[in-house]
Amino acid sequence: MEYKLRTENLGLHYGDFCALKDVNISIRPQAITAIIGPSGCGKSTLLRCFNRMNELIAGVRTSGRILLDGRAVHDGAAGLTQLRKRVGMVFQRPNPFPLSVFDNVAYGPRVHGMHKGADLEAAVEKALRATALWDALKDKLRAPALGLPAEQQQRLCISRLAAVEPEVLLMDEPCSALDPIATEHIEELMRELARRYTIVIVTHNMQQAARVSSETGFMLLGELVEFGLTTAIFKNPSDKRTEDYVTGRYG
Amino acid sequence: MRASPRLTQAASLGLMWGLAAATIGVLAFIIIYILAHGLPHVTWGFLTESPRSMGREGGVLPMIVGTAWVAGLAVVIAAPVGVATAIYLTEYTREGRLTAVIRFGADCLAGIPSIIFGLFGFVFFVITLGMGLSIVSGALTLAVMVLPTIIRTSEEAIRAVPQAYRDVSFGLGSTRWQMVTQVVLRSALPGIGTGIVLSIGRSISETAAVMLTAGSALGLPRTAFDSSRTLALHFYTLSREGISMPNAYATASVLILAILAVNLSAYWLMRRLAAGGR
Repeated sequence: MEYKLRTENLGLHYGDFCALKDVNISIRPQAITAIIGPSGCGKSTLLRCFNRMNELIAGVRTSGRILLDGRAVHDGAAGLTQLRKRVGMVFQRPNPFPLSVFDNVAYGPRVHGMHKGADLEAAVEKALRATALWDALKDKLRAPALGLPAEQQQRLCISRLAAVEPEVLLMDEPCSALDPIATEHIEELMRELARRYTIVIVTHNMQQAARVSSETGFMLLGELVEFGLTTAIFKNPSDKRTEDYVTGRYG
Repeated sequence: MRASPRLTQAASLGLMWGLAAATIGVLAFIIIYILAHGLPHVTWGFLTESPRSMGREGGVLPMIVGTAWVAGLAVVIAAPVGVATAIYLTEYTREGRLTAVIRFGADCLAGIPSIIFGLFGFVFFVITLGMGLSIVSGALTLAVMVLPTIIRTSEEAIRAVPQAYRDVSFGLGSTRWQMVTQVVLRSALPGIGTGIVLSIGRSISETAAVMLTAGSALGLPRTAFDSSRTLALHFYTLSREGISMPNAYATASVLILAILAVNLSAYWLMRRLAAGGR
């Protein structure tokens, strides 16, 4: 079996606090993998390891390895911008820059010097089409992005990411600031995107994990308790703690 | 007996209205008083001629030019240094002894009276560096004087930029420099601009510091190394030495209108920049 992303005994400390302990997880390509668990279990921390965002925080130490396409990603600062180009992140709250729609989507390509002039416009159109925003926004490319409704803002953030042509999309509770209808739309979009991208989603919404993912990992206190097919995790968990969580005994 | 809530509400509202009206009233009175005495003497000739017989006759063209030079040059020098310092303090270093020392130094500088800056400028720029009484000496002195304002206002503006923008920018693979120039500074621009406008206003109206450094020559300055009298100093000299009160008021009016024009155009510019778009 081929894996897109893989961790080997991944550990992470914030100062003295152990946030991740010996995490071994393998993420399949072109599929949606969900990571669930109660608040503070380390699921967002794990997600942020995949594009090395934790390094922005003072006092973080990591151990173990992360492999992207079989190659270790912890290779100093040199590969950092390239890694983040390949492994992009969608955040909890829709957070477009206070720029126009166009400039938001063009930000990544400009930063990486990917396209110029008409090419850039084509790339922006493609990225907006990828999230089904093009028809709604093609006449509003100069409008400020912060004026859009929340769902469109979150789609725009995904477009902004798609514009740098990543391989992996990390989504950190991407629907928690959205209403149920917008959530449904974003979930549809995720299934659509999974045909091209490898998606890892962190969510505290178990129904969401059950709906969208093919594989699910359950985390507790920095450990990956159980990982397997989503149906198995929800219908027939092998660990007592997983069972207690998915049946709603705590969390 | 306690007063009824409705009564205390009405009384406090009335008090606040009264105090606010008094504040605005005093300000309006000063401005109107000066403009009423000065504007009748502000003619086209007053704006375009050089003074004659020490300012009793003629206009204030050299002072307008000198003020623009000194204040403009001061801000052109101070703004990049101040904004760069603010960027360093907020984006490129962690809080520690060094940032505390820089911040403490800036706060101390901000509290020093301008005559001290004038004295420093006179000793250092005019004498030690041999720049003489000149526009450059005055501008450098004013730059040092407004630097703390620019640093602190820029710092506040940069700090107010949501952390999420930085995370997203890094997440997209930008370098820190790209993040700072393309996201943080663009978001912080209105706040940074406010600090710069305050500094321009303070430079235009400064008197003591420029008296000791830019000198009080009456002629039209030809180069930045000429001495030049600013509007504020001219006004001070005209009234202090009893040369011509009408011309003093007229000069003050020009000064007020200049500051008003700078503020309004800066406000307009900020609004345009803050509106976003390409």
